[in-house]
Amino acid sequence: MTSTAPAAGVHRVPSLGGLNLTFLGLEIRRMLRNRRTVIFTLILPAAFFFMFGSGQKDPAARAYVLVSLAVYGAMIATTSGGAMVSIERAQGWSRQLRLTPLRPVAYVTIKVVTAMILGLTAVVVEFAVGAAAGVHLTAREWVYCGLVAWLGAMVFAAFGLFAGYLLPSENVMQVLGPVLAILAFAGGLFVPLQFLDPAVQTVARLTPAYGVGEIARLPLTNDAFSWSAVVNIAVWLALFVVGAAYLFRRDTRRQ
Amino acid sequence: MSCPMGDTGTRAGRRRRGTVDAMDTTTFSPIPSAAPASGASAPDAVRLIGLVKRFGLVTAVDGVDLAVRPGEIVAFLGPNGAGKSTTIDMMLGFSRPDAGRVEILGGTPADAVATGRIAAVLQTGGLLKDLTVAETVRLTASLFPAARPIEAHVAKVLDRAGIAEIADRRVGSCSGGQQQRLRFALALLPDPDLLLLDEPTTGMDVEGRRDFWAAIRADAAHGRTVVFATHYLEEADAYADRIVLVRRGRIVADGTPAHVKSLASGRAVRATLPDADQVALRAVPGVQSVEVRGGTVLLHTRDSDATARYLLTHTPARDLEITAHTLEAAFLALTGDDAAASGTTPTATTADMITRSVR
Repeated sequence: MTSTAPAAGVHRVPSLGGLNLTFLGLEIRRMLRNRRTVIFTLILPAAFFFMFGSGQKDPAARAYVLVSLAVYGAMIATTSGGAMVSIERAQGWSRQLRLTPLRPVAYVTIKVVTAMILGLTAVVVEFAVGAAAGVHLTAREWVYCGLVAWLGAMVFAAFGLFAGYLLPSENVMQVLGPVLAILAFAGGLFVPLQFLDPAVQTVARLTPAYGVGEIARLPLTNDAFSWSAVVNIAVWLALFVVGAAYLFRRDTRRQ
Repeated sequence: MSCPMGDTGTRAGRRRRGTVDAMDTTTFSPIPSAAPASGASAPDAVRLIGLVKRFGLVTAVDGVDLAVRPGEIVAFLGPNGAGKSTTIDMMLGFSRPDAGRVEILGGTPADAVATGRIAAVLQTGGLLKDLTVAETVRLTASLFPAARPIEAHVAKVLDRAGIAEIADRRVGSCSGGQQQRLRFALALLPDPDLLLLDEPTTGMDVEGRRDFWAAIRADAAHGRTVVFATHYLEEADAYADRIVLVRRGRIVADGTPAHVKSLASGRAVRATLPDADQVALRAVPGVQSVEVRGGTVLLHTRDSDATARYLLTHTPARDLEITAHTLEAAFLALTGDDAAASGTTPTATTADMITRSVR
């Protein structure tokens, strides 16, 4: 070889399977560059608060709506983040990445981390809007509600990945958008479940957004801590992780 | 090369048409897999051993043996569906051979990809439309330890691929040729020892194609091994040191461009000649092979003047046509599918002869 040939030892496997901050930074930039993602995860939940929350006379009701919408925003954000795999598969980018040393597990990790960062952004933006519009919570309540809304959205990061591997489409969020709206409604994020028909309530308690909403709002309601809400989160998280992992393995296996 | 397993029927069918094989000057021998021992310590860049890949009933790659020495520029030339992309997929470890094996730089394809010693420009690899050209390169660079410091490498490969001036353009608004040069830039990032290009200029205009090859050529001058698949004959002829002709998953010829051209030397004389006697025609001056179809005869000849003179003076032949074999014709003959090969082109027989002599 000649002078331009790489020095010995340069051809090595990257550490952490290719996970790195440059990659992560570009992924986040891509998400924020997507106008639809920004509108649905950051702007729409804030607008919903002005429509349904800030007009409430009861400060507790305002807080209830705000935390519910933070859960909603985080859920849209993490689903969008996870579902990016679908767009990347449809565009053939996943195949391009297979020409690099990037490990599939590192790729999925990047997707989840990106989704969670967008989810955190959604919660912070929603809370900032709420605080500016006169919602008063204690520091402990802000932190507790925010953390639960954010971390609970992990369920939806897994859901987004699962859907992304299931539906290779550039328009996956157009399919998932209505699904998420129904899940948010059934999870009591738009209307408290008490206002629904009892039979509907029973089914609604089994849907994936219900558990996160319940636990996130715990400091604001006088409800007792509910293990069924925790089980709801755990079961849906497990189902989506297993489903996503199965499809992911099928996707990356060699033919 | 091994005997084909799957398509003996069609080959026998063509033989039945009555080609008489008398070609002796252009006996063909595949280039031996490894060059003499000068670089004995360096493993072959590519080594394919009895490679077979089937998709259901279709055998896409049918017993390919090939060795590429470091520094060679090899064209994998053949029509669509010849098995070129499938072979490249196996070289990259994207798919698993049904039989045989692949060695890349003395190891497995997966190791070569993981360490960035092999890189590729593929037909199917997509790019993200919402990143800019430079961002795409930066992202990919971040995955290769060899491409550090990142910014210096990004600038270097953008420049080498000739896309520095569109660095800030969104990929979605780049032309096909620009996207292809972006893929080339990505492939250069790890400074690979071996570069695979699968139909790299498909969809490019003439100028884009010329620029692309200028970039590849400038790069290969530094000693990188390049294997490219193409169905453009001129590309293979102009840019490769060695042409490997593939047809229906098998190698039908392997040699320098000049060698491949020599396979198609000579001319064909066609004439209307009812009740032709094949054996007698074989004795006509210059004739190498004879084909009889209804009232038409087709003679492959080393001396078309002598053959034509004889036909016109000693037989009732009329409507004479003399055609030269071109490289294009050799390509068609060697790689064309049955529909083309069984047509009335004078080179159809050449295909049979060469294919057979290879075997």
